[in-house]
Amino acid sequence: MILASEHEAQSSPAQGSRGEVLRFDNVTVRFDQETALDAVSFSMSAGETRILLGAAGSGKTVLIKTAVGLIRADAGRVYLFGTDITDMDERHLFDLRAKVGILFQEGGLFDSMTIEENVAYPLVNQRARTPMPAEVVQEKVLEALSFVELERTVAQFPSELSGGMRRRVGIARAVVTEPPLVLYDSPTAGLDPITATTIMALIVKERDLRNTAAVVATHRYQDGQLMANFRYNPQRGALERVSSDGKNGLKTTFMVMRDGRIAFEGSEAELESSTDPYIAKFVKR
Amino acid sequence: MDIIGVGSVPVVIMNGFFTGAVMGLQLSRALATYGATGQIGQLVAITLVRELGPVLTAIMIAGRNGSGIASELGSMKVTEQIDAMRALGTDPIQKLVTPRLIATAVMLPLLTIVADFMGLFGGFVISMVLLNITAAQYWSTAWRALQYNDVVQGLLKPFAFAIVIALVGCYYGMNTTGGTQGVGRATTQAVVVAFIWIIVITFFIGRIFVNLG
Repeated sequence: MILASEHEAQSSPAQGSRGEVLRFDNVTVRFDQETALDAVSFSMSAGETRILLGAAGSGKTVLIKTAVGLIRADAGRVYLFGTDITDMDERHLFDLRAKVGILFQEGGLFDSMTIEENVAYPLVNQRARTPMPAEVVQEKVLEALSFVELERTVAQFPSELSGGMRRRVGIARAVVTEPPLVLYDSPTAGLDPITATTIMALIVKERDLRNTAAVVATHRYQDGQLMANFRYNPQRGALERVSSDGKNGLKTTFMVMRDGRIAFEGSEAELESSTDPYIAKFVKR
Repeated sequence: MDIIGVGSVPVVIMNGFFTGAVMGLQLSRALATYGATGQIGQLVAITLVRELGPVLTAIMIAGRNGSGIASELGSMKVTEQIDAMRALGTDPIQKLVTPRLIATAVMLPLLTIVADFMGLFGGFVISMVLLNITAAQYWSTAWRALQYNDVVQGLLKPFAFAIVIALVGCYYGMNTTGGTQGVGRATTQAVVVAFIWIIVITFFIGRIFVNLG
């Protein structure tokens, strides 16, 4: 058994670089003979946004799950909030994961629970969290649901909601604990363009209101463009375009995955100027 | 506990009653050959309490609840609900496996007791209607036939079966892969493996108690 103090001792040497929330050092993940992630390395700091583009099966979901130890790396090291989680036992990981919000590709909502119970789940069940009175939990749940404009669904079950609404409830559950890092796995997959834009607007709003770091895995370039070029204006209660000259205050980095490898990492301008045919496929010219 | 225990009562009652009735029916012919139909209560009691009650009840529960556990957890696995549980900082073993294990371990011995009594009652109905055996004769031979050893193994077996049914169901459910097709596969595997373990375990526990005399 590894003690918490030992985990602290395993902290990354680069942890000294203040505000680093996630780092992959040559991470490789294999399933049987297939390599899902191949020597992936990157790091992201607090408040930064990473847009993860890539074709289906390129390793986006595996990367997100590896980031919180749901899938274990076969080689390399993963650092979450500066702590090496590569070999960390599940018990200690629970406490660290409590600081991360995740929106799953398949939703991951508990279908035997109401929407209220789903959103309240992390508040009520996380061991790392100090128990709170039921009325405080309810207040936070309503706040999170009102954030995604679904406060009227509290008594309903996930099966009674549309795909877009379920995705929004997933966002509410991911952010109800106000985590400093949120991972979104294909938040717009399978949704119509209007609903997809609504979902992305919520993600931008969450990022800007709470200054969270976000990883957004998607196959839609326009999702990344929205994250990179729009900011939520709390006064107007709407998104507004900001200049895309790189001095807009938004720290957005694009990554393109290909067969488990990072084929590209850079800014929107660098991505758009890439001549690689695979990378160019994701850019709407 | 409600789903596994109370929900299974009707099926266990039916199963127990007709098992006892069929045993009474079949044994009556064999016993009549030796003029020993008066001993039918003894035979029904020993066979039911030692073997048939625990095994048949466990098979019913494996088919009804073991499969339910595997398919429920399997569906949760393929829709990422188990990953969500882990990601939200809670232990799926504690949240999903432990309650099912406790519920099955508590309820299966109780259901077996119900099945045993219903089986004895089924045997009694046949004895009274077809063999003209009095209630006093049937129940006294049945009661006197049972020893401490029989009751202990009759309760130990369902407890062991319950652990197997719950753990096998949870194992196959939580390791489901391959979408809805995988859920079906996991459910079938859970039931088949539980059946096999029930038969194997009953042999070994029976062997131990036979040796104990």
